[in-house]
Amino acid sequence: MLNLFDQKRWSSIIPYLFLAPWLIGLVVFSGFPFLSSLYLSFTNYNFVSSPNWVGLKNYLTMFTQDPQYFQALKVTVTYVLVAVPLELSFALFLALLLNKGIRGLGMYRAVYYIPSLIGGSVAIAILWQQVFGDNGIVNQLLGYAGIDMPSWVGTPDYAIWSLILLKVWQFGSPMVIFLAGLKQIPQEFYEASSLDGAGKWKQFIHITLPCLSPIILFNGIMQIISSFQAFTPAYIISNGTGGPVNSTLFYTLYLYQNGFGNFQMGYASAMAWSLLLIIAFFTGLIFLTSKKWVHYGDQG
Amino acid sequence: MTSPFRFKKMILHAVILVGVIIMLYPILWMIISSFKPTQSILSDNSLWPKDLTLSNYIKGWKGTSGTTFATFYLNSFIMVGLAVIGNVLSCSLTAYAFARLEFKHKKIWFALMMMTMMIPMHVLIVPQYIIFNKLEWINTILPIVVPKFFAVDGFFIFLTIQFIRSLPRGLDEAATIDGCGPIAIYFRIILPLTVPAIVTTTIFTFIWTWNDFFSQLLYLSGVEKYTVTLALRMFTDAGGEAALGSLFAMSVLSIVPVFLIFFFFQRYIVEGIATSGMK
Repeated sequence: MLNLFDQKRWSSIIPYLFLAPWLIGLVVFSGFPFLSSLYLSFTNYNFVSSPNWVGLKNYLTMFTQDPQYFQALKVTVTYVLVAVPLELSFALFLALLLNKGIRGLGMYRAVYYIPSLIGGSVAIAILWQQVFGDNGIVNQLLGYAGIDMPSWVGTPDYAIWSLILLKVWQFGSPMVIFLAGLKQIPQEFYEASSLDGAGKWKQFIHITLPCLSPIILFNGIMQIISSFQAFTPAYIISNGTGGPVNSTLFYTLYLYQNGFGNFQMGYASAMAWSLLLIIAFFTGLIFLTSKKWVHYGDQG
Repeated sequence: MTSPFRFKKMILHAVILVGVIIMLYPILWMIISSFKPTQSILSDNSLWPKDLTLSNYIKGWKGTSGTTFATFYLNSFIMVGLAVIGNVLSCSLTAYAFARLEFKHKKIWFALMMMTMMIPMHVLIVPQYIIFNKLEWINTILPIVVPKFFAVDGFFIFLTIQFIRSLPRGLDEAATIDGCGPIAIYFRIILPLTVPAIVTTTIFTFIWTWNDFFSQLLYLSGVEKYTVTLALRMFTDAGGEAALGSLFAMSVLSIVPVFLIFFFFQRYIVEGIATSGMK
């Protein structure tokens, strides 16, 4: 008689019982869409008629005939290159201040973290639209200082800055990770260097920064990846247009307009694949240079 | 304590407090503005307003075109509740298999799981939309909720794997000697011990799904299916300056659930971030 509960067979099946939901999800919601979007990026699929193979046309159009694409790329790269370093600097600075064993650390840490929790919500994007509007509090405060400013969100040169400041305002989550990292640095390092006569600044440069470098790398990569995909604030603040004059036309916003506004899904897929390559390029670049500035404990 | 040392501490506290005020000022301003008569929101910027009113909340709650915020909140809570259940169940099962069981090509599967975490969602969004459209799931919460039951969020799998790995293997071995198989070990030992990981998954699934404007914008189109997030955005279209009061009032209400979760589970949130490096 065939033993259904044969010990060996049963134990080789069990792992797949646990994995079954994930395996289905991997095929249906990740793997298949991943490959079909690559295919669609070489077609002119418009959602109504079936996709036509057009070869590299979408990619060529993107790079040679679509000034909007370059504008979107420029806006997004500017956003990433300005907001991420600023955000990380604030995060590190506050983490250093909070790491001094002060009273009320838990409360301060919580308060600084709040913007990271709600910063991505529509409510905060709406708030930002008002705060950086013509008569918003930012301009009123600047007015007291004698600085006369137009509406930030309505002026092409300034609109992107309101979004950058929104991103920087959310430095709380990298700050919490920095705080955890600072706790890992052995106190003996500081004690030994004090005996050698090193000042605070020297200790920061020669102990804190090198010990923290793997965490700086981690925070940097995470923030770059998520900033490239930012969508909600730009959509809300510009009412979905990316205006004024495309100054907040984020990459993902333009992709959304193409794919789901004009139903040019082939073109949107090509944009998505370019985004994947752009993000891979930036993270790859950072990983390559990281060999020069990231120090892991076991290397001494 | 010498006095220059004390002076330094005072400066330190002062700097940190100024930072706190700058961080919280926009949020406080929104909360207080939501109680001001609409016409004075932009003219009167003081944090101590002359007259307070609840009319913004009453008017705002009515929503637009006959659908009230009661519906929008119900929609949001159903969507978020199902997403949480799906994520917790599926990610926990997957994590247990990766952390404790042996199977063929485990390393390759694990690498695949890590890779899915790095793919920008925009790469998958067009084909996913086409699939959901074929299934006639557009304008329902199914495209947002169903994938969560299939552990598509590799991040939470990873988080739970790390947590299970920190539990002593001796527990599993003792249970095996007592005659437990992998399924019994999962339900009797691993599941109860991974409660902190489950709580972290719950909190972040709640907050991220609640705030995830992109998916909701993409898949929900009928006003009666709108979530709180979409309803807020609809307000910005309709009202202009006149509806600013209601807009602020409903914006404040929309972040209340996130705030409540934060205050009740603060410890889990901060520890979860510090150990796993969440966004």
